[in-house]
Amino acid sequence: MIAIFLTAILTENFILCQFLGICPFLGVSKKLNTAVGMSVAVIFVMALATAVTYPINQVLVKKDLEYLQTIVFILVIAALVQFVEIVLKKFIPSLYKALGIYLPLITTNCAVLGVVLLNIDKEFNFLQSMVNSIGGGVGFMVAMIMFAGVRERLESCDIPKILKGLPSTLIAASLVSLSFQGFSGVVDGIFG
Amino acid sequence: MAENKKSLRYEFTKGIIKENPVLRLVLGTCPTLATSVSVTNSIGMGIAATIVLICSNIVISALRKVIPSKIRIPAYIVVIASFVTIVQMLVKAFVPALDDALGVYLPLIVVNCIILGRAEAFAGKNSVFASALDGLGMGIGFTFALIVMATVREILGSGTFLDGIDSLTKLFGVTSFTGFHIFSQPIGLMTMAPGGFLVFGLVMALANKVAEGKGKPKAELKGCAACPMAHSCALIDTDASCDNSGRESETE
Repeated sequence: MIAIFLTAILTENFILCQFLGICPFLGVSKKLNTAVGMSVAVIFVMALATAVTYPINQVLVKKDLEYLQTIVFILVIAALVQFVEIVLKKFIPSLYKALGIYLPLITTNCAVLGVVLLNIDKEFNFLQSMVNSIGGGVGFMVAMIMFAGVRERLESCDIPKILKGLPSTLIAASLVSLSFQGFSGVVDGIFG
Repeated sequence: MAENKKSLRYEFTKGIIKENPVLRLVLGTCPTLATSVSVTNSIGMGIAATIVLICSNIVISALRKVIPSKIRIPAYIVVIASFVTIVQMLVKAFVPALDDALGVYLPLIVVNCIILGRAEAFAGKNSVFASALDGLGMGIGFTFALIVMATVREILGSGTFLDGIDSLTKLFGVTSFTGFHIFSQPIGLMTMAPGGFLVFGLVMALANKVAEGKGKPKAELKGCAACPMAHSCALIDTDASCDNSGRESETE
């Protein structure tokens, strides 16, 4: 269980190793506080989406309707996010204020649909799926926060004109993900 | 008539270079980075995404007067998800090797911002034929950017070019050509995540340089401005009117 959790955070980090959720990674990581807000919302939605789609998938498998997975999951996630938004707005306005603006964005975040599909691919049971999703979300947060720090530095650097903006951001992301490559084998080394 | 023809040609060609979805509009970065490991994967991904893009553009454009604007995003997503499922089944049936290579990224075409973005920005407002051309152009532009990146990454990272292409060409009865082997001690890092970010950054810098030479503004990250959900996102200063109201009334 701990192995799954650590693998999801370090060796199979969604952003830096699997290329899921790059849009928010590049778009929202400019400032530390927005990066944290977005990440918390992602962890929340990922856990929720996994909890809801797992039983649905069981039904689909039983009825031989696996080919409907993509359509059903994206609709369920979209409806879920909308529902959570309304519930939060009504009952926990303080949390809504903190997370609300990020929620609609997350519907089209490929990390959320990705984690749901990966859980099925890896044939995890319910508990393992939940651990994997939450670990993936935490990994997302780690990458976002680290990179927000890097980018705040990058802003004040003197870089060649054609590399300014997005290219330099991507090259910085390359170096950050290089550091994450160092974790490969660590989890297997400890638990294997 | 002549003008009409010209504008149709513009809808087709703009996606390839001028408004290249990956390099100029910065859309669909996730599949770009993930599948540009080998040229074969890129071609497969490009074709799959192009088919989905054309079909969903045609259907959405044909239905644009029927779909109420308030629930258009969920409606678009259903149309796109249906075509993605069809393409996924076709790939599984005819090119299983590609299905293995692309893995989870094949169903993830659903959330590829290029497709929802084009539906929202173009197909929802224009005629069927123009939308089909727009989809084809954007799809070719996407494939082109993927192939450029994959060429660099595959040659440096695996020492091969077009490796495993026979899994695609055998659909046309050609199996003899299985790719070039260029050298045997490649830089494996280029096929991994850091290489992906690095090559993407450099290719984009090059695209900026070319665009600058033509006096065009360089590709800018407008946060998530290009993303179809941008309106409902308070991170950028757009009025939160259209999408938000649409999405809220969906569940009311």
